[in-house]
Amino acid sequence: MRHQSPGENVIRLEAVGLRYGLGPEVLQDINFSLPAGSFHFLTGASGAGKSSLLRLMFLGLRPSRGRVILFDRDIAQTRRYELPALRRRIGVVFQDFRLLDHLSALDNVALPLRVRGVKESEVQRHVPELLAWVGLAEQLHARPPTLSGGQKQRVAIARAVIGRPDLLLADEPTGNVDDHIAMRLLHLFEELNKLGTTILVATHNEQLVARFAHHPRLHIEHGLVQRLS
Amino acid sequence: MLARRSDLPLKGDAAGRFLPWLVAMMVFLAAMAVAGAFVINGVVSRWDHDVSGTLTVQVLPIGGEGGEALTDERVRAAVEVMRQVPGVLAVRALDKKQLLALLEPWLGSTDVVRDLPLPRLIDVTVDPGARIDLDAVADRLSHAVPGASLDDHRVWLSRLINLSRTIQWLAILIVGLIAVVTSTTVVYATRTGMAVHREVIEVLHLIGAHDDYIARQFADRAFSLGLAGGLIGLALSVPVLSVVGWAAHRLEGGFLPSLSLPLLGFIGIGLLPAAAALVAMLTARATVHGTLARLP
Repeated sequence: MRHQSPGENVIRLEAVGLRYGLGPEVLQDINFSLPAGSFHFLTGASGAGKSSLLRLMFLGLRPSRGRVILFDRDIAQTRRYELPALRRRIGVVFQDFRLLDHLSALDNVALPLRVRGVKESEVQRHVPELLAWVGLAEQLHARPPTLSGGQKQRVAIARAVIGRPDLLLADEPTGNVDDHIAMRLLHLFEELNKLGTTILVATHNEQLVARFAHHPRLHIEHGLVQRLS
Repeated sequence: MLARRSDLPLKGDAAGRFLPWLVAMMVFLAAMAVAGAFVINGVVSRWDHDVSGTLTVQVLPIGGEGGEALTDERVRAAVEVMRQVPGVLAVRALDKKQLLALLEPWLGSTDVVRDLPLPRLIDVTVDPGARIDLDAVADRLSHAVPGASLDDHRVWLSRLINLSRTIQWLAILIVGLIAVVTSTTVVYATRTGMAVHREVIEVLHLIGAHDDYIARQFADRAFSLGLAGGLIGLALSVPVLSVVGWAAHRLEGGFLPSLSLPLLGFIGIGLLPAAAALVAMLTARATVHGTLARLP
């Protein structure tokens, strides 16, 4: 895994537009980049296009136009078999968690390691440790349907960070947790950021953004992104 | 392979209930086709072996008073002609008792049959390596013994071999069609499974799983189900083939050579479950790869 040097862009979007089918463009002329090691918030009202933008960034969608350059690779020019290696450098916290209900919390968090072929002994060492850190030491073998919303969210966050990603994209990661847990999760993201992970947290929680006002903010409105100081 | 872990909950899928039975039926039918092809091949080979290197001379009987003695005289003359042909190893005239024994399976052993004016047969053994001008021998024979004819079995044998080849190709075609049907079923079962587990597949895809990581899980499952179904099909085919073999054995007694399955046939049928499992596995893998190729 190659980490970006500070100052280099982890991801850059150039004149990106996105439309679903023949509908109108939900994202228009998106131009921005995230320097390596940066921490940004992405704010905007519900339906403004935050989730669509994140999906473009974690390669869950292809843009209708423009270029997405991820880890110095133009995605349009990248061969299909090379994409998994890029995805493995991205941790994603989905808004709807996307946990696999038939797997335990431990197995859900272990997924990114297992798809990389990490040894099972390593998996069994690291995953319980991380789950304990997010306060789920007692729920290692619990399946998602038996967990509360907040617990599911923490499992989803643990799954996103277990692989020490270069880029962490979190879609409303504090939407289902109380303030205390929300602060703790944001501090976890800051710790990861200090270790070199580039972070983008999409949220409409203005209070939370205000508490971490030292991080720059991207605001999305009517399909356009602007950088707010 | 069967013990590999799976992130996809494939065990509860509908395919797990119907696919083994479908594969079982397919393997059963394939076993019948393979057994049929091998048995036919064996029968023809044995007939071929029995008749190659032999010629048959047929001498028409002379009726009326003293006809029997005259016919014997013609048979002796024909035997003499054949003994003089270079390459002939042995010449043996069949007496009436032997002729009746040959006809017994078809006509029975009544007095009426004994009174029939039967053509007399002379069994001639030739050196398989010798080049005999059969047309010249036939001419010489018909001049020496009017009404005598020479049969080298070539026409009969070539028709039989053609029939055997046709049946063998038919069996191969049947086995091929069975493979296509099995494969098509696995395609639809796999696509259904992928639709059911679309969200799980998408998560695996987005966290960086290679297509083959996902395809392998479907392929492993298809292999297990195909193998289980194949073994059921094999288990069903064994008693049926045994019963058919037993019935054929009872039918023998002059009509047919022994209807037994050669070792290669047993091996071929024994390998059918593994072949079915392999077809299912490769089909599932290709289907998943084809479907995942459409994801971003």
